[in-house]
Amino acid sequence: MSAPGEKPTAPGLLDGKLSPLRPLKASGNLFAFALDVVRAVFRRPFQLREFIQQTWFVASVTILPTALVAIPFGAVIALQLGSLTRQLGAQSFTGSASVLAVLREASPIVTALLIAGAGGSAICADLGARKIRDEIDAMEVLGISPIQRLVVPRVLASMLVAVLLNGLVSVVGVVGGYFFNVILQGGTPGAYLASFSALAQVADFWSGEIKALVFGLIAGIVASYKGLRAGGGPKGVGDAVNQAVVITFLLLFAVNFVITAIYFQLVPPKGQ
Amino acid sequence: MGVAVHVEGLTKSFGSQNIWSDVTLTLPPGEISVMLGPSGTGKSVFLKSLVGLLKPERGSIVMSDTDIVTCSERQLYDVRRLFGVLFQDGALFGSMNLYDNVAFPLREHTKKSESEVRAIVREKMDMVGLSGTEGKLPGEISGGMRKRAGIARALVLDPEVILFDEPDSGLDPVRVAYLNQLIVDLNAQIDATFLIVTHDIGTARTVPDNLGLLFRRHLAMFGPREQLLTSQEPVVRQFLNGRREGPIGMSEEKDVAQVEAEMAALEARGGDQHNGVGPKGASGGEAVPPQLEPSPGLPERKAVRRRQERVARMLHTYDPTTADAIRASLPADLLALADSGSYRPTTVGSREWRTEDGADLVVPDPRGRP
Repeated sequence: MSAPGEKPTAPGLLDGKLSPLRPLKASGNLFAFALDVVRAVFRRPFQLREFIQQTWFVASVTILPTALVAIPFGAVIALQLGSLTRQLGAQSFTGSASVLAVLREASPIVTALLIAGAGGSAICADLGARKIRDEIDAMEVLGISPIQRLVVPRVLASMLVAVLLNGLVSVVGVVGGYFFNVILQGGTPGAYLASFSALAQVADFWSGEIKALVFGLIAGIVASYKGLRAGGGPKGVGDAVNQAVVITFLLLFAVNFVITAIYFQLVPPKGQ
Repeated sequence: MGVAVHVEGLTKSFGSQNIWSDVTLTLPPGEISVMLGPSGTGKSVFLKSLVGLLKPERGSIVMSDTDIVTCSERQLYDVRRLFGVLFQDGALFGSMNLYDNVAFPLREHTKKSESEVRAIVREKMDMVGLSGTEGKLPGEISGGMRKRAGIARALVLDPEVILFDEPDSGLDPVRVAYLNQLIVDLNAQIDATFLIVTHDIGTARTVPDNLGLLFRRHLAMFGPREQLLTSQEPVVRQFLNGRREGPIGMSEEKDVAQVEAEMAALEARGGDQHNGVGPKGASGGEAVPPQLEPSPGLPERKAVRRRQERVARMLHTYDPTTADAIRASLPADLLALADSGSYRPTTVGSREWRTEDGADLVVPDPRGRP
């Protein structure tokens, strides 16, 4: 059902007329949508079936790429630290520093990239395709809220999978770092393992998990928002996916900075 | 019996572009109405506004005491259950088979057991002639079957108003004929209010009780089928006869001089009667062809008698050609009543009709004034 007079473009930040208020309006709409989603989380009946299906779906499109990205990521950190600590004469801290880097930054960032790039784009494409086939309108006309029926399970699924992925990346990253340091750079296995807890603490792991949870929330909401507002045929869906991924990345890196800053205020570094 | 939908002063724009303004009409309860209009005049927007998917800026859409334009989200979800909508391509959920598609509203809204759901789904699939295809996915069936399945899903919650968005689009003429017959049969069986948005003149000439035409951002005309089919209004005549000569241009409207020259040339050829057959079933000049009847074995359409009483009361308001065409369709008893003058013109606002029990229908004032 085409709406005559409606511009056949997906609504975005930069299309149409440029006005200083457009970005403000767009972020306001996104925020209002996020509030709608939060409100709908508590509305019964909870869509358990859809939630499980979506969790499985998001997990299936993200697990393998995440593991494959995590190995070289851990390796790069280990390589960098290996030569750096040798220059500084602090080889005994190699293991500790690499664990710290993986837990605090690397694994939430890898999780964020994969949740937004693989999970978010899949969610956005799925909802966008339904939107342009009038399925979303049909659902609303049948008296069923698409936010409660489709968006809430997807957002919760991407949050859950993000938290689990973060654990996966942490393990794979640390194991990858160990492999490269010990096998390839000739580091001492005992020293590497022994220094694990010299700098890192459990709070670092929790901060990583909280970051992943927030990243999953943002990725799910932005992807659903863009997907439900796709318009203008198949090209509109492509545009929506593109915008969703870009916007999610921007938001994730900004939010990552804020959470890290708060973390350093709240949790004192070990040994002080 | 279906409910009436009162549309009053409806205006919709996208940004600075006005789609239509001041659309006022009433879909009479239980009757079939068709909305025509050149491409791009906002017929689909009108349909989406009726179910609250788009919010018009001004005006009201009142249905069972609820104004769809101003009501709350919660009321909107309630009132939407009175609607069944057939979207252009059926809008079936691509991930579910036909059975689950039709069962979907029942499972979401009712606590019926699976065996009750199965019975209802069977019945509706049977009504649209799709029994035996329950297990198919929407991607595996033809466009006509998708539309039928879409109708079955729209029927499942027993709606009072059913809206059809271009039911003929993408179908061959034979399938359109079957679908039109299905629409008339359904109306006879469930007596709901129907609104069809279409370009197909053949459908517009034979299916509905009432016809409307949107043009130039306004509702050009809305009334009993005889009124539009016999109308001398240039826009209506041009559209119903599917010809290039007239005020409707390819993209925008034409200038007056060109229209006059075209009309003179048309008259010189002998007018619409001799203009031959136009596209999409457009032909017939001012003739009022007989309406489609329900298939044999089905009950009569109750709306027919209601409509006859309604138009008999309004007979004096039409111009002579229209009145003659309406007279030809009225039974003798109503004609006698109309001629004896016992039908006092009853006017409520700008509308005239009578409810079932004979009392004058009070049309709620959209702005809440008594």
